[in-house]
Amino acid sequence: METVRVDVHHLTRVEGHGNIVVDVQNGELKRCDLEIVETPRFFEAMLRGRPYSESSHITSRICGICAVGHATASLRATEKALGVTLSEQTTLLRRLNFHGEILDSHILHAYMLVAPDLLGVGSVIPLAKAVPEVVLRALRMKKLSGDICKVISGRHTHPIAMTVGGFTNIPETSELVELRQRLIDARADVDATVDLFTSLKLPEFYRDTEFIALHKDDEYCFIDGVIASTDDGTWPVESYRSVTNEQIVRHSSAKHTRHLRDSYMVGALARFNVNYAQLHPKARAAASALGIAPKVINPYLNTVAQVVEIVHCVEDAIDLIDKLLRKGLRHEAPAPPTRMSGEGVGACDVPRGTLFHNYVIEEGRVVSANCIIPTGQNLANIEADMRQLVPEILEKTQEEITLALEMLVRAYDPCISCSAHMLDVKFV
Amino acid sequence: MSAKPRVAFFEFTSCEGCQLTVVDTLQTHPELLDVIDIVQFREAMSEKSDDYQIAFIEGSCSRPSDEARIKAIREQADIVVALGACAHLGGINAIRNRAPLQQVREAVYGDKAEWFETYPARPISAVIDVDAVIPGCPIDRNEFVMAVTHLLQGRMPHLPDYPLCIECKLKENVCLFERGGTCLGPITLAGCDAVCPSYGYGCEGCRGLIPKPNLDAYRAVLREHGLTDEDIDMRLSMYMTYQMMEMAEMTETAEMPEMAEVAGGSHNGNR
Repeated sequence: METVRVDVHHLTRVEGHGNIVVDVQNGELKRCDLEIVETPRFFEAMLRGRPYSESSHITSRICGICAVGHATASLRATEKALGVTLSEQTTLLRRLNFHGEILDSHILHAYMLVAPDLLGVGSVIPLAKAVPEVVLRALRMKKLSGDICKVISGRHTHPIAMTVGGFTNIPETSELVELRQRLIDARADVDATVDLFTSLKLPEFYRDTEFIALHKDDEYCFIDGVIASTDDGTWPVESYRSVTNEQIVRHSSAKHTRHLRDSYMVGALARFNVNYAQLHPKARAAASALGIAPKVINPYLNTVAQVVEIVHCVEDAIDLIDKLLRKGLRHEAPAPPTRMSGEGVGACDVPRGTLFHNYVIEEGRVVSANCIIPTGQNLANIEADMRQLVPEILEKTQEEITLALEMLVRAYDPCISCSAHMLDVKFV
Repeated sequence: MSAKPRVAFFEFTSCEGCQLTVVDTLQTHPELLDVIDIVQFREAMSEKSDDYQIAFIEGSCSRPSDEARIKAIREQADIVVALGACAHLGGINAIRNRAPLQQVREAVYGDKAEWFETYPARPISAVIDVDAVIPGCPIDRNEFVMAVTHLLQGRMPHLPDYPLCIECKLKENVCLFERGGTCLGPITLAGCDAVCPSYGYGCEGCRGLIPKPNLDAYRAVLREHGLTDEDIDMRLSMYMTYQMMEMAEMTETAEMPEMAEVAGGSHNGNR
């Protein structure tokens, strides 16, 4: 088609409000934007003056899907600012809780938001009529994921027992034993998930870009670590600003970022590309079955990388529970702050990618805050993909082009209400 | 009109966590889909119809352009239910109402503040009449199921009007005040099964104030437990900023003029 106008108002099956606007005239791409029209949310401004102990509870409300991720990044920022040293038990419980959230979010995205496109239906509701066993499996796995978070932190949205220095409630041994058995029983569902996504065909589209994720040498990193890039190099999380380079663009209430190229990608696919060696062996075997190996440069395969992470998180959750049970659960109090003023950066790789919280605390009160959200970091990369994709598929119908673009944006699993409130707080 | 009631979900300024809780409800109550017909739910489905009878609204109204959408929902729906603390109380969004608006905007968007429209965050009931509320941050799953059950029976959802402490005592929790902490339980509406105190964390008041709370006595108790007036102000403003500002306006205590101005918006011809 020589002239194409795509105007998807309030894209569905994504978290938050975004519009896709593409304008092709006489074969020339005039406009290609992902507009973020989410209401500005001003979290950094809301934190100003609040007690440090509230930060994780306020910022978990940035996002209902990655509430545990925001709480964890927030707690790490506060703990670094106030010189809190965590016990091994707290670290293990936080990792387990995090796996619950990654699983919950990935299952929601892969089964309920993406699979309907691949199976040609409008949503999970007709999907439930067409293939009830698939949807029931997803609900079963999602319930287990949520129950992991429930046992450790009270609930997934929004976690209760996570606090600076540890937890206000320690699970019972019997609860972990039961979770362990349910995770083992869930392996059949995990295998079926890998089989399902092996059988589904995702669109082919290739564009090399920079992939960024947190990295540790000895574990597949979700919490702490260093910032690592497929374009080589690592950076301490404290220098995150030199990586993200935020800028405000007019068509988006979420800020854009760029690093070594014009854009970069974060999320499951970036983690897969950066941290393949640290994946659980069963997850690497699943990747092989799914036909992916690093470096994957098709963004539609982000969902497939999420399936690999589902395998990883189930297996690693079993290992973490074994470790906790071997050591024996202690009803320990949260570790106390050693000072009441300081600055800290907390970094986590949440379901959609790398998340930074940076707080300055004075006398126990937050005086400035900065949150950089994964979806914000992906926006420039999504637009770069769209600019390459549209000319490649101009021979298709308008409907097909629209669907291809919607599926592309959806593949990134954007979390738009998260992203629409970033920026430094420069208090006057 | 189909035999099953047609239900739509909408969201304004929020984290969408309440709608996610609705999705999660299906894990334990898939039969809900047999008794209601969900015709619009942007976060979960692409199919869309504007012919609905029951509307669930998540989120606060926080910019002028939201108002027309909210009023259109009121025009269409027979029953409008505010879903969760943001819709019910303004939620944590209202924390920012405590500071002058321009300062908040510039804090986040710097000299580009004018590019993005906003105004103080308000509950949905400040814009339209709301028939029922499911409180909480997030909503409680069981309460959502109960509310839908009531609506299907032609009744309005019933909320407890007593304080959280009653539920907490029934769960035989050791009182947070006895454990060296503090808790908003004495002045907060029950209905969540005291979930936060049960996990060792003091109530933050996300379900809103009980009718006629004795705030003076409550403040005195908090002071006895070592909180400063500023600490108390923080506790009462996490979820209750909007309610506190409304009360302050009603008793004409104009100690924080910018707050009174915001609260005034709720009954200045916006209904």
